[in-house]
Amino acid sequence: MITATNLSKVYGGTKVLNIDHLDIPTGESFGLVGNNGAGKTTFFSLLLDLIQPTTGNIFNNEITVSQSEDWKPFTASFIDESFLIGYLTPEEYFYFVGDLRGANKADIDAFLANFEDFFHGEIIGRRKYLRDLSKGNQKKVGIVAALIGNPKVVILDEPFANLDPTTQIRLKKIIKELTENRETTVLISSHDLIHVTEVCERIVVLDKGIPVKDIKTSEATLSELESYFSGEVGTAQAEEL
Amino acid sequence: MFKRFLWLEWKSFFRSASVGKSIGLKVLLIFLALYFSVAFLSLGIILYPWLQETFPDQDPLQMVNRFVLLWLVFELGFRFMLQTLPVLDIKPLLNLPIPRRKAVNFVLLKSMYSFFNFLPLFIIIPFGIFCIYKGDYGTWNILGWMVAMIATTQCVNFLNFIIKKKFTDNLKALIPAILLVVVLGALEYFEVFEISFWFGKMMDFLVLNPYLAIVPIILVIAFYKWNQLNLEGKFYLDAGLKEKQKDADTKDFVWTKKFGALAPFLQLDLKLIWRNKRPKTTIYMSLLLLCYGLFVYPSDMYEHMAIYVFVGIFMTGIFMINFGQFVPSWDASYYPMIMSQNITLKDYLSSKAMLISFSVIILAILSTPYIYFGWNILLINMVAALYNIGVNVPILLYSGSFNKKRIDLDKSPFMNYQGTGAAQWIVGLPLMFLPILIFWLLDYFIGFEAGLIGLSGLGILGLLLRSSLMKFIAGVYRKRKYAMINGFKQTGE
Repeated sequence: MITATNLSKVYGGTKVLNIDHLDIPTGESFGLVGNNGAGKTTFFSLLLDLIQPTTGNIFNNEITVSQSEDWKPFTASFIDESFLIGYLTPEEYFYFVGDLRGANKADIDAFLANFEDFFHGEIIGRRKYLRDLSKGNQKKVGIVAALIGNPKVVILDEPFANLDPTTQIRLKKIIKELTENRETTVLISSHDLIHVTEVCERIVVLDKGIPVKDIKTSEATLSELESYFSGEVGTAQAEEL
Repeated sequence: MFKRFLWLEWKSFFRSASVGKSIGLKVLLIFLALYFSVAFLSLGIILYPWLQETFPDQDPLQMVNRFVLLWLVFELGFRFMLQTLPVLDIKPLLNLPIPRRKAVNFVLLKSMYSFFNFLPLFIIIPFGIFCIYKGDYGTWNILGWMVAMIATTQCVNFLNFIIKKKFTDNLKALIPAILLVVVLGALEYFEVFEISFWFGKMMDFLVLNPYLAIVPIILVIAFYKWNQLNLEGKFYLDAGLKEKQKDADTKDFVWTKKFGALAPFLQLDLKLIWRNKRPKTTIYMSLLLLCYGLFVYPSDMYEHMAIYVFVGIFMTGIFMINFGQFVPSWDASYYPMIMSQNITLKDYLSSKAMLISFSVIILAILSTPYIYFGWNILLINMVAALYNIGVNVPILLYSGSFNKKRIDLDKSPFMNYQGTGAAQWIVGLPLMFLPILIFWLLDYFIGFEAGLIGLSGLGILGLLLRSSLMKFIAGVYRKRKYAMINGFKQTGE
């Protein structure tokens, strides 16, 4: 579904992302982990054509994202609060996104009924603008809006951050259900190794923009990742000594 | 501490996303400032001899004093429209060990060095010197008068500061003050109670008793304190929210559904305008400036038709200029979403064009009562509206592709003054002068009708080419997309 070839991004002489080849097949739940500055958000921004690659290309369903806008109808994303429109109420925001994705008001209402649990009574019918919601509630709105209209590709950057534990557990369930029928490709990034190993069937570790590990998730994955990251700390300390 | 604040401002200016545009505008503003300085200085120098020659049996100083109040009212009006208040991004300062009062004092003291405060000096000082050398007043008397006038100018400065604040916070709070001015103006006009005469008398009295100059100085201090307390009360992050955590307004603008694919965007734009203070002010501005014609049409001063073209373009296009020049910055805070959602740039831009065109049509309809001043004026206004829609809308959208400065819609009132200043009007000048030039040339060489036909022809041509123009503009936006997204990410001034 998604292919990156020879992809790199350079900021002021520093290569912040450098991926020779990455192929994400249709229906995969794909996890991206790495420390701050590893290039996770850069990769997602490139995939959404929000920044320009220095070299190489990303193809989304064989469409070059930087050349055509045809990937937009089947791709949905939530990166940060700049994807929310502050002066709308959550309902209005959902209807607006629905309008863009060919879902009418009734469709959206039916769709939102599935998320009553997830919203925990704090989103719908509260007559508040999005800008007045807490960060966590804003995030819930953004994530759910990214699922409107059966997108083929869903991109979520750090979806677990800022959420309360109950919501994190519900979100994991939602993501698992999403990839059950193997039609939707889900890409998420996270700092939380436990969540990501639970939800994703494949995990790629980025370090300073380079994919250093590409793991098919199994029982052993979590400990493998933990030892990788603690090992990194260990070597860094050793270097300092 | 003040040095630190200045250092912060210096950095924010030169590291801002739109530093090129800002510098260009600054240069233009400096030229304008020079022009006005020279104009005021020459007025200040010739005022005394001229008054003496024209009214030989009157005392020039007393005559000037009679007009002081009128001048102050005008000055306040000009300042309200043109003077940008100094702002300070308070959020990063709140948790640092900086006393509130220091930050507030910085903002207020900085406003004292505004060019608008120096302009009157160019008249006051030369005129005062003339009075000392040629009049029969003592040096101390005139010095007292000069100090009083300078203090009054500062009073106007701080009064403007307070009013601008009240205007953005709460429109209704201003009504009593406006009523008072209107009533006093009417009383003056019908010669019932001539306040400017009594104000002049007071100034004359002050000249005789120069120690009274202390009164305006005390007034300045009082205004300063008022501002200080007002600003300190706003020195909180939630200052804007505190009073009105009221229910969200859920108007739906269902009627926009008629516009098919563009409907969601039109709805969004209407909500944008309706629910955010700053775009909402552009609406009030437009309605207010619709009265501009009342100042021009009855007067015999403007014989030439070309000035009416200016008025027409201005009145029907004022929303276009004020709103359009900040497209797409209005959407800055969620521009990445607009760019990655299922929206084509052409649809996005077409909806903006449609919204602005509507505003022109509505303002043109509202301006029809000016037919009272003659058919010509109605015709010119309609032609100007057509030209605005056909030519100026695409030009504005095109120039919008160079915008990369973010507009923060939900900024606290403490600093919500972005873009209400002289610079904003300068951007509108080419939009207004080009049609005037075209009309003037055609009118001069061929005739009035040719001028009208020329302008409306251009407007119609623009409408016919609209779809390919939009395609071209969308292409420009696509090229500038990454720079825009990056620029819009920058918060603060």
